[in-house]
Amino acid sequence: MGHPDIAGRRLSKDAYAKNFADLHPPLSAHEALVESDRCYFCYDAPCQQACPTSIDIPMFIRQIGAGNPLGAAETIFEQNILGGMCARVCPTETLCEEACVRETAEGKPVKIGLLQRYATDAQMRTGRQPFQRAPATGKSVAVVGAGPAGLACAHRLAMHGHDVTIFEARKKPGGLNEYGIAAYKSVDGFAQAEVDFVLGIGGITVERGKALGKQITLEGLRKEFDAVFLGMGLQGVNALNSKHEATDGVEDAVDYIAEIRQAKDLGKLKVGRNVLVIGGGMTAIDIAVQSKLLGAEDVTILYRRGAEQMKASGFEQQLAQTKGVKIKHWVSPRKVLAKDGKAIGLECEYTEEKKGKLGGTGETFRLKADMIFKAIGQTFVPDPMKDALVLDGGRIKVDASRRTSLPDVWAGGDCAAGGQDLTVAAVDDGCRAAESIHEFLSA
Amino acid sequence: MADLRTNFVGIKSPNPFWLASAPPTDKEYNVVRAFKAGWGGVVWKTLGEDPHVVNVNGPRYGAIHSGDRRLLGLNNIELITDRPLQTNLDEIKRVKREWSDRAMVVSLMVPCEETNWANILKRVEETDCDGVELNFGCPHGMSERGMGSAVGQVPEYIEMVARWCKANTRMPVIVKLTPNITDIRKPARAAKQGGADAVSLINTINSIMSINLDSFAPEPTIDGKGTHGGYCGPAVKPIALSMVSEIARDKETQGMPISGIGGITNWRDALEFILIGAGTAQVCTAAMTYGFKIVQEMTSGLEQWMDERGFSHLDELIGKAVPNVTDWQYLNLNYIAKAHIDQDKCIQCGRCYAACEDTSHQAISNAPKNGKRHFEVIDEECVACNLCVEVCPVESCITMVQMTKGTDPRTGRKIDKKYANWTTHPNNPAAKVAAE
Repeated sequence: MGHPDIAGRRLSKDAYAKNFADLHPPLSAHEALVESDRCYFCYDAPCQQACPTSIDIPMFIRQIGAGNPLGAAETIFEQNILGGMCARVCPTETLCEEACVRETAEGKPVKIGLLQRYATDAQMRTGRQPFQRAPATGKSVAVVGAGPAGLACAHRLAMHGHDVTIFEARKKPGGLNEYGIAAYKSVDGFAQAEVDFVLGIGGITVERGKALGKQITLEGLRKEFDAVFLGMGLQGVNALNSKHEATDGVEDAVDYIAEIRQAKDLGKLKVGRNVLVIGGGMTAIDIAVQSKLLGAEDVTILYRRGAEQMKASGFEQQLAQTKGVKIKHWVSPRKVLAKDGKAIGLECEYTEEKKGKLGGTGETFRLKADMIFKAIGQTFVPDPMKDALVLDGGRIKVDASRRTSLPDVWAGGDCAAGGQDLTVAAVDDGCRAAESIHEFLSA
Repeated sequence: MADLRTNFVGIKSPNPFWLASAPPTDKEYNVVRAFKAGWGGVVWKTLGEDPHVVNVNGPRYGAIHSGDRRLLGLNNIELITDRPLQTNLDEIKRVKREWSDRAMVVSLMVPCEETNWANILKRVEETDCDGVELNFGCPHGMSERGMGSAVGQVPEYIEMVARWCKANTRMPVIVKLTPNITDIRKPARAAKQGGADAVSLINTINSIMSINLDSFAPEPTIDGKGTHGGYCGPAVKPIALSMVSEIARDKETQGMPISGIGGITNWRDALEFILIGAGTAQVCTAAMTYGFKIVQEMTSGLEQWMDERGFSHLDELIGKAVPNVTDWQYLNLNYIAKAHIDQDKCIQCGRCYAACEDTSHQAISNAPKNGKRHFEVIDEECVACNLCVEVCPVESCITMVQMTKGTDPRTGRKIDKKYANWTTHPNNPAAKVAAE
């Protein structure tokens, strides 16, 4: 094992553009018509039941089929104002499309995600949104975090006539839609276009560079506003607990994914010739695939359990394998191998499950690596709340309406307990909280 | 191997598949291509008198499509041939000489005067064609000039012209009927009265295909205006089958040869027309949609089916379904069936439930079973209307099962194996009591 080979410009300019193009190109008008014709317009449709935001899928597909894409878009946005991004990033293969009766019948579900994109794109092209604000109520709500949960909550509150201020720690609003999703799932600046679309309803102010516990405090917000919604996501990253974790060349996948999303010139991003990714969720897939697309020669995902236990869907696993990523199951990292302070490899141990408990077999092996990505999950950092809120499993405890232990504070998205860690689930949280807040403010 | 040869009022063709009088049979070039592809015969596009008519220079066709633009129905506002009469006659003669084994029927339309018909018949006879078809059907354009369906809608005219034609030619005369009439039996009877050898039907149906939502004009649109045209294609087949059956079972026209036309797209459609009484099957829209090659699928399909069923000649099949066409009043009211859902085939779409619950008899239950969606027929409510069968997207998932014994749980009445119809039903005020 020599010196690590980490470099940018591994590919031609065209290759970067091609590799990071739209993963699922949009449907043409005719394709949308043909696909909409496949929908059976099921009664009490299983797809709708499977959708965390309960979009009336058969209805919007029928509207597309009848040449009314804007009506279809309204049906979608009524339930999910981030329907555009969800059309791109939802794991439809485990949600609506898995429930589709055509999946049952022939293994080929209606392409609900692509149809949703067709309709929402049509609305986005008009440059306006289909909703209007109710008359101003004079009530104000603070929303912490401009991610999917915060945006959805803010939009619904604005619709009800409340004034909303969103406090966002980062430079750009959008949350994981802007910083976390694989680049090929959200091309052409879609995340920011969608933020503009959502804010287009009016009555929402976004304050950037305002992080909870730094520039703002929960106590301050509670004093200044009539209600508070917390949707700040997860700030912490799980640690490997292995030796030399802090070595050069060992990186947090979420940080690098954000870098890829923000990169104006992908060629400037340095990537290892041999890349190891530790983890089994969507983040692991996203970083592995994107490393490969940036020109890494060999990319291997290391996961401590089997394919079925991976949090990444079967489709995502296949996508990774199609792009040339290798997935190694039942292995666990033991020690980062370093030379001159730089990572050059990883010592791993085979794992096994005995009586439901995961453990090492004692057999180890070494893998060469120029870069090692940690994608073993993120954690909620509760410090800014200063014990003001009751937690549940390390995240904020909420009830069915997403209300926290404080009567005027709601929470949703990844920072709330019991969630699914999905964009679409975060949107649902935001909407539910908004309705509950509205009820609270109207009382 | 089944023998598809056809003898229709003395007109012989190697198979029953003829191209109907329409654009595909307007010229020697097209007809030769059709014969090369295997068509058994053609009815040459309608000839008229010189000076020949002119057609519009904008769209002549409109259509309705399925989601994938499969053409379901077509309409046209094209008139009869817009070429000089002699040009057509020369070509007909040449093609018939070259393709003597194929049926060559010539469609005609001239003003309602005996001399006009006598004159054109004489010239057509010189082509050595096999017969003529009188176009009393076109619902657009020519009807405004007192021809086409304007004649076909008046049985007396049909009889009169048919009689003139029979008096002025030795050739078989086929009368082509318009469906734009209340009772198709009337014109058919008139044709028979006039001495016609056969009828062919249906011609196209009066139609406006669509209204453009931007221009507020009917389609097809010519310079901002549209007019009704003749509707044809797969969508009209059921109308045509019914009309053919009416003529086939009418006491006055029973046994009169029929050339079936209307939405025939494949061998199955053609066979259905044959079974309901047609001696030949005329095709147009399918050829205009897919080209002439489709005839090979048609002959192959018909042969295959006949071989499998042990039929050797078409004569064994013509009209075979006619005895089973009856009036509603003679349907067996003691026949009891219930819908049955094959749970292994069911994909739980719930369409049967929506249809039955919202629009019919509330005879399908929607209650989860073992945590899964589950739809079941409620025999106590099911009237066997068949709507669930028709809206189910899975073939033979829902079927109608006859009850042959026991009690109908809906009515509480014992299954009666005896045939009984409306004519003797107690609820019928006009019921005839059996003679003592």
